[in-house]
Amino acid sequence: MTVPVNYLLISAVIFAIGLAGALVRRNAILVLIGIELMLNAANLNFIAFWRYGPNPEALTGVMFALFSIGVAAAEAAVGLALIITVYRHFHTTDLDRIDSMRG
Amino acid sequence: MTWIAHNLWLVPLMPLLAAGLSAFAQRKHRLFAASVAISSISLSLLMSLIAFAEVLRFGNQNATKQVFNVGWFQVGSEWLKVGWVLDPLTAVMLVMVTVVCLLIFVYGVGYMARDDNFARFFCFLSLFAGAMLGLVIANSLLLFFICWEIVGLTSYLLIGFWYQKPSAAAAAKKAFITTRIGDLAFLLGMVWLYSQAGTLLFYNNGAGCLEQTALIKLMTHTTAFGMAASTGIALLIFCGAIGKSGQVPLHVWLPDAMEGPTPVSALIHAATMVAAGVFLIARVYPLMSGHAGLDLSPASAPALKVVTWIGAITAVFAASIAVAQDDIKRILAYSTVSQLGYMMLGLGVGGVAVGMFHLITHAFFKSLLFMGAGSVIHGCHEEHNIRRMGGLRKLMPITFATYAVGMLALCGFPLLFSGFWSKDAILHSASIWSESRVPFYLAAFGVLLTAFYMTRQVIYVFFGESHRFEKPAPPPHESPAVMTLPLIILAGFSMLLGLIGTPAWQWFSAFLNGQQVRFDLRGFAESGVLAVMLSSTILFLIGLGIGWLLYGKKPAARSAAPDAVEQFTPHIFNLLRNGWFVDAFYGATVVRFTTWFSVLCDWLDRWVFNGAVQLISSLTLGASWLSRSTDVFVVNRFFDQSCQEVALSGRLLSRVQGGRVQSYLRIIAIAFAGFVLFLIWGRHG
Repeated sequence: MTVPVNYLLISAVIFAIGLAGALVRRNAILVLIGIELMLNAANLNFIAFWRYGPNPEALTGVMFALFSIGVAAAEAAVGLALIITVYRHFHTTDLDRIDSMRG
Repeated sequence: MTWIAHNLWLVPLMPLLAAGLSAFAQRKHRLFAASVAISSISLSLLMSLIAFAEVLRFGNQNATKQVFNVGWFQVGSEWLKVGWVLDPLTAVMLVMVTVVCLLIFVYGVGYMARDDNFARFFCFLSLFAGAMLGLVIANSLLLFFICWEIVGLTSYLLIGFWYQKPSAAAAAKKAFITTRIGDLAFLLGMVWLYSQAGTLLFYNNGAGCLEQTALIKLMTHTTAFGMAASTGIALLIFCGAIGKSGQVPLHVWLPDAMEGPTPVSALIHAATMVAAGVFLIARVYPLMSGHAGLDLSPASAPALKVVTWIGAITAVFAASIAVAQDDIKRILAYSTVSQLGYMMLGLGVGGVAVGMFHLITHAFFKSLLFMGAGSVIHGCHEEHNIRRMGGLRKLMPITFATYAVGMLALCGFPLLFSGFWSKDAILHSASIWSESRVPFYLAAFGVLLTAFYMTRQVIYVFFGESHRFEKPAPPPHESPAVMTLPLIILAGFSMLLGLIGTPAWQWFSAFLNGQQVRFDLRGFAESGVLAVMLSSTILFLIGLGIGWLLYGKKPAARSAAPDAVEQFTPHIFNLLRNGWFVDAFYGATVVRFTTWFSVLCDWLDRWVFNGAVQLISSLTLGASWLSRSTDVFVVNRFFDQSCQEVALSGRLLSRVQGGRVQSYLRIIAIAFAGFVLFLIWGRHG
């Protein structure tokens, strides 16, 4: 029983796009979007490995994906709230300029 | 105990107070310094005369001594006592010292009139007078010694009064050091006396060191060479007198002392201080002779023999040097040494009265001569060389007349002058001395020499033509009255004073011994008296005659012309001119040895002791350098290094903590990628 490569490739591409966005973009909101993309790539992997895995009857993959979506929603809410607070404090959302934790 | 005996200490106190007062005077307080000094010495003179009258009143009774002792301080259980004594010896010295001091103070006002340090001069003179009077009244050898040293100090200060002159400074040093040699022996004698007799008081109601009990103890105690302790002590004390009174071989300082101002020479180095040595011998005469009286003992004591010989040799030795000197004051200085020799001789052969009589008469005529010389020097504008004077007889008549009186008194002109009587007493005693006739012949030869050199000096100074034209200078002038008046008074004393000690009326010796005296012409008829007088007169006339022949008949044309004696015997003249080369001899032996020894000490100090010190200090320095470099280069270096490394690593690590979120993410991503790669290749490899 093998997983079709198409699912994994799309998931890997989405993850790579998300990682690149998280690493390269300066805007905190876009970084957050990159992180959401990576989470969704992981969800796609969960669903794919569940559907073509040894036990498609048990709804384990869906449960993981649903939990992950819930956590991602909460994370997005907290992340946006943080960004708004940071913006209020620094008057910017450019991550390179927010470096007051420098050692 | 009468008032004056009780308060005799006031006599020296007056000049000491004056010295203290004028020590505070500034240079411009000239009148103050002089008047304080003169009034204090006048008060002292007044009290001395009262004391003298007191002794005269007591003289007819047996109690001739009034002693007053006080405890000074306590040593263990014993009190160290000092005190004063009023006896004929004290009284006569007191009067002599105060009279001469007063006259010389007055004279000094004129002589020092143009000196800047007038106040200092009178301060020192007053200090001297106080110390000298203290010495005269002292009833304790310790007090005597203290005053003796103060007198020596003032002598040093006054010889070096013009300390800007190198010769004066050197002369002061020489005087101080030379007398110190004698004083050391004196101090030893004093310590010895204290250890033997247990007291330094002269008289203390039978318990003093000059009284019968102590003397017997001292006489019977024998020391090294079978010598009685009293003899040893007496000889040591005599060493002090040799130094102070300029006897051979310690006479060398006295002629050099003439660098001081002339009043000082007259007062200290002719009349009083140098006579202190003679007075010392007179004071401790019982110790010298070995029995408690002032007469000569029947068996001549060994110490007195030494005194006699030293005195006789000094008398002739110094007189011979005086023949060939050119400095007017040096001639008088050698003459003083010679006369001090006569005094010692008189003490040795004739007892206290004989020596003291010459001391008193000499004090007057020698201070007269010195002050006359000072007047001459003053008149000739600080000229000292007698060959460049000449013809002053007409220009300075008062000085000439008084100088002539002094000269005749010194030479012993018969009958009229005091020196004749006092010197004759010495000569007579010497002629009947039981031990030897040689001192008499020496003294007699000294009389001839004295007459000769004084004639030479007087002719050079006062007769003939003036040689001053060789050096352009203002003409000589007579000195002011403040200087000539003391001269006239002293001239009077020089003539009349002899009358108190003629063989016919020996008042002086009777006075000292507390006896009755009466006029008796038979004194002349005593064996040898007239013969001695006649021979000394003849000797005097011979000396005078030779002097006149050599110098008076054809005066030297130029001051640079050779002396008459020099033409006659150049070698002997040269020998005498250089003082028998005693100074050169000392320079070649004692001084050279001392110099050599000091060089050795200097070398030892510089190279041995200093080297050791240097070595130790270098070692310490080296050790400290070593520990310092260990500290700096090892301990500090190591510590610094570790500190630096900690700081560097901190800096490096802190760079990771960039504060940028994305750099952390990158690291995480790289680490994750690395982890994934490891998982993939690790499973296959």
